[in-house]
Amino acid sequence: MVRRLFQWLDERLGLTTIHDVVLDRKVPKVNWWFTLGSASLFLFLIQGITGVFLTVYYVPSPDHAYDSVQYIMNEVRFGWLIRGIHHWGATLMVLVVFIHMLRTFFYAAYKYPRELTWISGVVLLLATLGMGFTGYLLPWNQRAYWATTVGTQIPGTIPFIGPFITSVMRGGSELSALTLARFFSVHIWFLPAVIAATIGLHLYLVIRLGISHIPDEND
Amino acid sequence: MDNSPNLTRRQFVTVIGAAISTLIGAAVGLPAIGYLLSPALEKQEGESWILLGPLDNYPLNQPTLFTFTRTKKHGWEKTTTSYGVYVLRTSPTEVRVFSNVCTHLSCRVTWKEEVQEYICPCHDGHFAIDGSIISGPQPRSLDEYETKIEDGNLFIFLKEA
Repeated sequence: MVRRLFQWLDERLGLTTIHDVVLDRKVPKVNWWFTLGSASLFLFLIQGITGVFLTVYYVPSPDHAYDSVQYIMNEVRFGWLIRGIHHWGATLMVLVVFIHMLRTFFYAAYKYPRELTWISGVVLLLATLGMGFTGYLLPWNQRAYWATTVGTQIPGTIPFIGPFITSVMRGGSELSALTLARFFSVHIWFLPAVIAATIGLHLYLVIRLGISHIPDEND
Repeated sequence: MDNSPNLTRRQFVTVIGAAISTLIGAAVGLPAIGYLLSPALEKQEGESWILLGPLDNYPLNQPTLFTFTRTKKHGWEKTTTSYGVYVLRTSPTEVRVFSNVCTHLSCRVTWKEEVQEYICPCHDGHFAIDGSIISGPQPRSLDEYETKIEDGNLFIFLKEA
């Protein structure tokens, strides 16, 4: 019964083909460092899922942001767990994505024909850091406030256009409700959209080009 | 290899992989259900005795309005609700307390001294001094609170929805 149902679906959806192309690829002999891409993807999904759950209670307004986070942590059942995973997952994701980049660099996996995979990876690394930066403000506590004050001040030192960049980031000359709202928007809509789309390209390239072997004495 | 009665390496990895995935899914998925249902599972503790002051403050046989507010917490926000009750002292030791919320559509009724009636301004509901219906669209008489007197002080028992 299950078998016939599967065959019916397979005939129409091409599940076997997808499996063969996506998962059953030929790979050279590799080591554990090659799992970091999958780990990054997994962390992104975890961050996405826990992030969606956090928006159930979080309010991106200076009046309520801090209180709503306290509510999640102290009163909502398993709120501490959902936010805890999101909090620690964020740090872990930056770490894993960065080590993933180091592996690619030291194994020279960014060379022909994988330049675009590398470039899309750079976009993903920067977007991940952007997620960390925008997410850091959202709890709206003292640490978040002052970290963002400093973080938005840094591009202000760029000659000529610096102050303009700072006020674009802040939505005005100082940190305000506008800053919190735009950081929230960037954190949950703009950057996740960029990351999801870029992961699509990144994975397509990995599947199309295959992964490179570990350099040896013949390279 | 295919004829072996034992698991192949590939089958083993598939089974272990599925088991670990299920475990992780359950570890995050089950708490997530509790997370979503959490506010609905909270018990709303809305019962308390409200102090209306010394009984002697209230004149005999004349409904007197007493107002107070109660603050309720909804997640990260506090909502303050105001209440009004009419205290009717029927004898030096006996008292009845009525809600000023009309039983029709929850407008507030007012005691009119000149006609000796509670009148609801919304749909012209009239209640007698003891809260019973005189005329109007209201389905039942004014709601009455349970009272107690301790050391000369009047209390009512408030149940919040």
